[in-house]
Formats: sequence, C-alpha cells, structure tokens
Amino acid sequence: MGMTMTQKILAAHCGKQALQAGEMILADLDMVLANDITAPVAINEFEKAGCGRVFDGQKVALVLDHFTPNKDIKAAEQSRQVRRFAKEQGVAHFYDVGRVGIEHVLLPEQGLVTAGDLIIGADSHTCTYGALGAFSTGVGSTDMAAGMAYGKAWFRVPEAISVRLTGALQPWVSGKDVILHLIGLIGVDGALYQSLEFSGPGVASLSVDDRLCICNMAIEAGAKNGIFPVDEQTLAFLKDHGAQEPRVYAADADAQYARVIDINLSEVPLTVAFPHLPENARGFSDIPADLRIDQVVIGSCTNGRLCDLQQAAQVLRGRRVAEDTRVVIIPATQLIYEQAMNEGLFKVFLDAGCAISTPTCGPCLGGHMGILAEGERCVATTNRNFVGRMGHPKSEVYLASPAVAAASAVLGRLASPEELEGAKA
Amino acid sequence: MKLQGKAHVYGDHVDTDVIIPARYLNTSDPKELASHCMEDIDAGFVGRVQAGDIIAAGDNFGCGSSREHAPLAIKHAGVSCVVARSFARIFYRNAINIGLPIVVSDIPVAAGDELVVDLGAGIVENLTRQEKRSFAPFPDFLQGIVAAGGLMQAMKALEGGKA
Repeated sequence: MGMTMTQKILAAHCGKQALQAGEMILADLDMVLANDITAPVAINEFEKAGCGRVFDGQKVALVLDHFTPNKDIKAAEQSRQVRRFAKEQGVAHFYDVGRVGIEHVLLPEQGLVTAGDLIIGADSHTCTYGALGAFSTGVGSTDMAAGMAYGKAWFRVPEAISVRLTGALQPWVSGKDVILHLIGLIGVDGALYQSLEFSGPGVASLSVDDRLCICNMAIEAGAKNGIFPVDEQTLAFLKDHGAQEPRVYAADADAQYARVIDINLSEVPLTVAFPHLPENARGFSDIPADLRIDQVVIGSCTNGRLCDLQQAAQVLRGRRVAEDTRVVIIPATQLIYEQAMNEGLFKVFLDAGCAISTPTCGPCLGGHMGILAEGERCVATTNRNFVGRMGHPKSEVYLASPAVAAASAVLGRLASPEELEGAKA
Repeated sequence: MKLQGKAHVYGDHVDTDVIIPARYLNTSDPKELASHCMEDIDAGFVGRVQAGDIIAAGDNFGCGSSREHAPLAIKHAGVSCVVARSFARIFYRNAINIGLPIVVSDIPVAAGDELVVDLGAGIVENLTRQEKRSFAPFPDFLQGIVAAGGLMQAMKALEGGKA
C-alpha cells in the first residue's frame, strides 16, 4: 500500500521501508526545539533523570522568545536557567535577546530546518516547518527532554487528510485566510491525530510565506502536522537561507487518505475567526456592521514575517489609526525588523500611530506587550482566540490576516481592506 | 490500578490556556501551577477539588498549546484521572509521558458523580448513575511508558543509561 509524504519521512527516520497508519515507532530527530517557557520544564526532567549531555548540540535549538525581553522576575529566572543550560551543554542554536526572533519564523530564516527533516519542538506551532517539506510537530517538555538526551521521540504513525488546492488567491486574500477557512470547514478537532497533506495545482500559486502560515495553524485543526510538497519555490527558499541539503519525499500515487478536501483558492474569502475558537470562521458577508475594537496586534509566528508587515503597510500608508484603537506591530525576527526599517515600513507605521515592538511572542499568548482588559476586543494576526488567550477571560480576540487587521485599525472596527478603499473620501 | 473520586465536568475543546493561563507560565513549579488550575474556566475548582477527584470532559480535551504545565497542574491539583470523549494529541502524549492517567470514554457523567476507573481492567464506572463502560487499553508501546513510570524512565530502559 502506498504511503503519504509524512509516512515516508517517518519511515526514513526509523530505518523502515514501509509504515502503516497506527504503528508506533521510535524515530531519530534532526532538530529538537524549546522556548523560555517549555525549556525549563524539559531541563528539570533532563537533569532529574541524570541525562548528562545532550545527544548532539548541533541539533538542539533553545529560543528565548515568549516572555522576553523578560517580563518579570520569574520570567528572568526561567531565561537564566535556559541560558545556563545552553552554555553548559554546548547548544549550538541558542538565541537570546538582541539575536532572538519568534522561533518558528527564526528557524527557517536561519536555515536550521530543511526538507525531509524530522523535527520536534516543545511548542505546538512547531508544525510550521511542514511548509518546507519537513515532518515537524509540537510535543511537550518531557518529549523535549528525552529528545535532547537520546535524539529520539515516539510517534503513532498518522493517517492523513488530503487537501487538494486549485486556483489562485484573490487580491488581499492570503495564506491566513486559507487556513482559517479550512479550520472553519473541518473544526478544531477535524484533523485530530492526522496529517494535513496539501497538494494540487494551487500549491504553486502560494508563496513559501503563505505555506508557512498555513502549516503553522495545522495544530488549530488538531492535526499532528501540516505538510506541503517540495517544489522549486521551496528549494529556492532553502538555498537562500543556507539550509542543509534537502531530502525530497513525495506521497505515493496510491497513498491512502482518510478524507479528501478540495479547496479552490480563488473562492476563499477574507476570513475572520470569531471568539473563542479558531473554527468560528466567517467571511465579511457574515459579520456585524459595527464591531468596535480596542486593539490590533500584527505579528506572531503565524503572521510576523516581512510580507505580513508589507501587507499591513500597504493598507496603513498615508492613513491614521482610529482614535480609540491602539496598534502593536511585532516584527518576528531581528532580520525582519531591520528589513522593515530599511524598506521604510517603520515610517509608515509610526506615521499611522502604531507601536513597534522588538521580536517577542508577547501578547499572542497573553504574556506581555499588549494584554487586554475586561471586555476589550482585539483583531490579531495571531493563531488562537481561546478564552483569556490575550488577557482578561472576558476579553475577545478576532483572528485575521495582516490586511484585515490593518484595515480594522484604521476604521476602529472589524473591517476589510476593500471596505477601507471604498470608504476613502 | 483503581482510581476513585468525584467528577468535575467540562464540555468540548477545553484548551490548555484555560487549564493553566499563560500568565502563570513564568514558573515550572508544579505546586504553584496547580494553584491556578482551571482558573479561567472554573475559578472555584482549586478550592473544591479533593485528592483523587476525576475530571470528565467532552471532545478534544487539552487542545491548543503544548504546555506540559497543563497536565502537571491537573496532576498536582490532586486529580487522579481525566476521562474524556477525545483528547488533543499533544495533551495525550504529555499525560502519558508524565504519568497522568487518561481514559477515552463517552460514559455519561454529571458534576459530583462518583467515578471509579480501573486502568488494568479497562473499565470506567459511574457509581452514582450505575453505568459502566469498558475502554480500549493504550497500545503496548505506551503501556511500557506508563509501566516504567514515565517517558524518561522508559527511554533509559530502551536506550541504556546515559553517563
């Protein structure tokens, strides 16, 4: 029986010719990742078990991105614990303030992941790297501890949903809209324990950034991983970023899928996920007319890339943020920060009345740099809108693309960029 | 192993942000995490929970963030077992890796019902409602992790001790 792309990568990492869905395997890891929140728990477990040295310092990444620059004394203690461990263990890919970026934007940018890799990260959005033809998935801290010690992790071989893409996106519509639309179709547990394997002629029309955004939120449908086939765009991206030699796998023609979903990209609307689940996806034909908002956040591992800031700037250029709305823009890495500054995007944001933050996950998970008060509403380019995600349990988060977030910022209510263009006097 | 306790009942898609809000993730101390367990979905939980109690929930329990702080908070709050119709995959593996018993079952439960979970026999029983369901045991590989006392111990046995 044929194998899915995911199954082939898993087979190659446990020395087997063939695997079937449901099998339990112990697989070799190419990279293990944790951040300033999940690494301390992993380090505690690693040291408690007397593990000694990490299996390979070149295959461990520790990224201080969540509560940094340290938001309080306890966060500072956690960062110090990770810093000490990284130094003692010779961890090659340790990123601290001043060099750090949001992990899932940083690793591809720094060429630390490549096609055919098997990657685990103690962060649920580790599934992002599937966009580059890798198998990558989020795990917990004890998995991370065992991964650092032994270079291995256990997996139940997943079955897959085939998502066949045709057509091309309409103006302003982005990868964010595609994934919110898909989660709206299948629900937050629609792909539970399964792979989301994207394919079809529509793939070529999606930029690598769009694919990274789509795979990033595979977890919000419950998926184990999201994965795209490797094409010329992928190979060019990997080369540009100095990644290791790609190992290209493709699904067999007779691979078995649990389900097939067809999406015509040209029919995907601008999409917003309403509180308090990412599956509450709505197009603009289906939103209240005057949903006032208090805050806009543009950033995160989902939408903090240069293209996202460019899209936001395109909307904000020559405009002002509404009087009762505040905007926080967070370039995901130092490099993106520099590029955005050099391109003049910061001038656009500053003229519009936006705050620009150093790279951090910050408000996305209700850490710092933009926490919401009771009853406040935020349009965010982030990935979760659970109860209390960005602050008070009675605050609300609306998930959207950078273009929608920027248009909403100008009008002070949930709005599309098209509407903003129409509103222009 | 038999576990018995009163049920605390929640619905579908209980996410790890409500199990342990991120504002408390500036510590990895299980006791401190436990003192905020379920705070944003059930502020009275920590005051009410008794050692041995059981959480019962619907689909996709533990969805969202990979934070192992979530099963740690539940375990150290005194909860002996989580029974749900389904679990999000990272929560599922975290619970196994740290030794928090979890059971997939759709047995009807109301808040305060007395539950007994027999992990060895694969039976969950609602004493209050006189209902009994069997559940599928974990695959052998995962039973090995549980039997070893957690992932780190299991890996030590599989891969040999590290210096």
